[in-house]
Amino acid sequence: MKAWIAFWNILAKDIRSYYLKPPNISWGLIFPLAWAAMFFIRSGSGLDSIRALLPGVIGVSVLFGTTSLLSVTVTFEKKGRSFERLLLAPIPLELLMLAKTGGAILFGIANAFVPMIMASFLTDLTGVNWLTLLPAVILIAVSSTFLGLFIAVSVSEVFEAQTFSNFFRFPMLFLCGLFFPIEQLPIWLRPLSYVLPLTYGADILHESFDGAASLPVWLDLLVLAGFCMGLFLLSLHNIKRKWIM
Amino acid sequence: MTMMNKSEAIEVSGLTKRFGQVTAVDSVTFSIHQGELFGFLGPNGAGKTTTINILTGLARPDAGEIHISGIDCTVNPKAAQHLIGVVPDESNLYPELTGLENLCFCASLYGMRKKPRQSRARELLDTFGLTEAAGRKFAGYSRGMKRKLVIAAGIIHNPKILFLDEPTTGIDVASARQIRQLIADLNGAGTTIFLTTHYIEEAERLCQRIAFIVRGRIVRIDAVEDMMRLTEGRHVVQFAVSNNVAGLCEQVAAEFPNLQCHAVTGGGIRVESSEPVRVGPLVRLLEDHGAEVSEARKVRPSLEDVFVEVTGIEAGAMKQEKEKAKKGGGA
Repeated sequence: MKAWIAFWNILAKDIRSYYLKPPNISWGLIFPLAWAAMFFIRSGSGLDSIRALLPGVIGVSVLFGTTSLLSVTVTFEKKGRSFERLLLAPIPLELLMLAKTGGAILFGIANAFVPMIMASFLTDLTGVNWLTLLPAVILIAVSSTFLGLFIAVSVSEVFEAQTFSNFFRFPMLFLCGLFFPIEQLPIWLRPLSYVLPLTYGADILHESFDGAASLPVWLDLLVLAGFCMGLFLLSLHNIKRKWIM
Repeated sequence: MTMMNKSEAIEVSGLTKRFGQVTAVDSVTFSIHQGELFGFLGPNGAGKTTTINILTGLARPDAGEIHISGIDCTVNPKAAQHLIGVVPDESNLYPELTGLENLCFCASLYGMRKKPRQSRARELLDTFGLTEAAGRKFAGYSRGMKRKLVIAAGIIHNPKILFLDEPTTGIDVASARQIRQLIADLNGAGTTIFLTTHYIEEAERLCQRIAFIVRGRIVRIDAVEDMMRLTEGRHVVQFAVSNNVAGLCEQVAAEFPNLQCHAVTGGGIRVESSEPVRVGPLVRLLEDHGAEVSEARKVRPSLEDVFVEVTGIEAGAMKQEKEKAKKGGGA
């Protein structure tokens, strides 16, 4: 019970201190909007293309929202040594890191709904499979957050966190099948797509909007859950190795 | 496996920590009794903070055993974290939170519920004279106020054992005095305190026992009174010199081989002997070598003299080094 009081307060503090700050809220709104506008204008195919673009825009919004904030906030707290306070608290490291990442996960999920709400005013969203969409959004948010955590643990400066994040994020934009199918990639690049978690999340998003998945949804969900678990355990291992020396 | 005494607050045996080729803590063994105020003194890089980090679970030892209140923390450092409070050498609270919010948040980390943590936070703000600043953001606090709030955060959950790492470094005299009084009061109320400091007079005034650590090794550990006995029969005279003349101690040593001489930070020399020191011939010698002696006075031997004798490190230089590091943003 005592550990859960700590868990809830860490999560609530982070949401208040970082995720509900006006600059971050506007980041969560403007970024998806800018991506949507860019692809909409580029495709030039009118309002009908919005539904086809939506899986990609949702994926990008969640990926950038979660990784940007988490990697920066954790690095910031580590540098200011306030993170030591958390490491000194009598709560298991696993629970502590779930509390630290919880805010980013919720922020990522909220980011996913921004383009969906905007799209609902412009196009018909009937027929969307919410039963596959919701778990996909949650798992994309969790895996992207844990990717951000992995990045935060790997660097020591805030600017390094941003640079290292982009090292992963920008290739993911093109390799994960967000805006065009993986089958259109050169054959030698395709194996790379399948080692990136967002590929499986994007596949479920396409299935939810257009029924156009290339893998069975259960397999996508399973692989995505595996990525979440793997990235979290890897980050915990690195925290123990690098931060509790 | 050594037998651990349950009445000891902290028992450490053969503690060793290496960073690459450097041995930061080298086979350190000591114990701290329940309710004791224990001082850990040494220069920069001696291994004080590394020792605290290992004892509190922020670092892992390469060898040795740690027991806190009888709990074996060697393998599981989390096991005793509910019993300890830590005041680090930097004011590491959250700049975006107010004083009250910071204390309440720190209390929540130890599982305190909303009402008890709010009342405890207000009580501590009152004790530390920060009630008026309770609603102000931590970022806007003065250095002295920050240190006080960090100490309050360290004791918010009423820990049995408190680790204080350089609590008065870099703050004004009034705040430092207030903090020393608070430390004495906490210890008086039964809290076991592990204090690291480079202010030897602070340790002398507050601590019951002291360990000197140099290059990762404890070179002496004793009760303050027993340490002071080392100075019995010692005669110390300090000469203030108003101009800067090099090599005075060498001249004294050459002329008076039975005297021990140390340069004093800020100008002057300090002369020690097992015999009473004759001031006249020394003043003449100093003046013959161009020194303008403005004062000569007998001083009571202090813990600083013991420190210098035991470690061979000039205490004033250690203090200056630390203050410089602090101003430069170092720990």
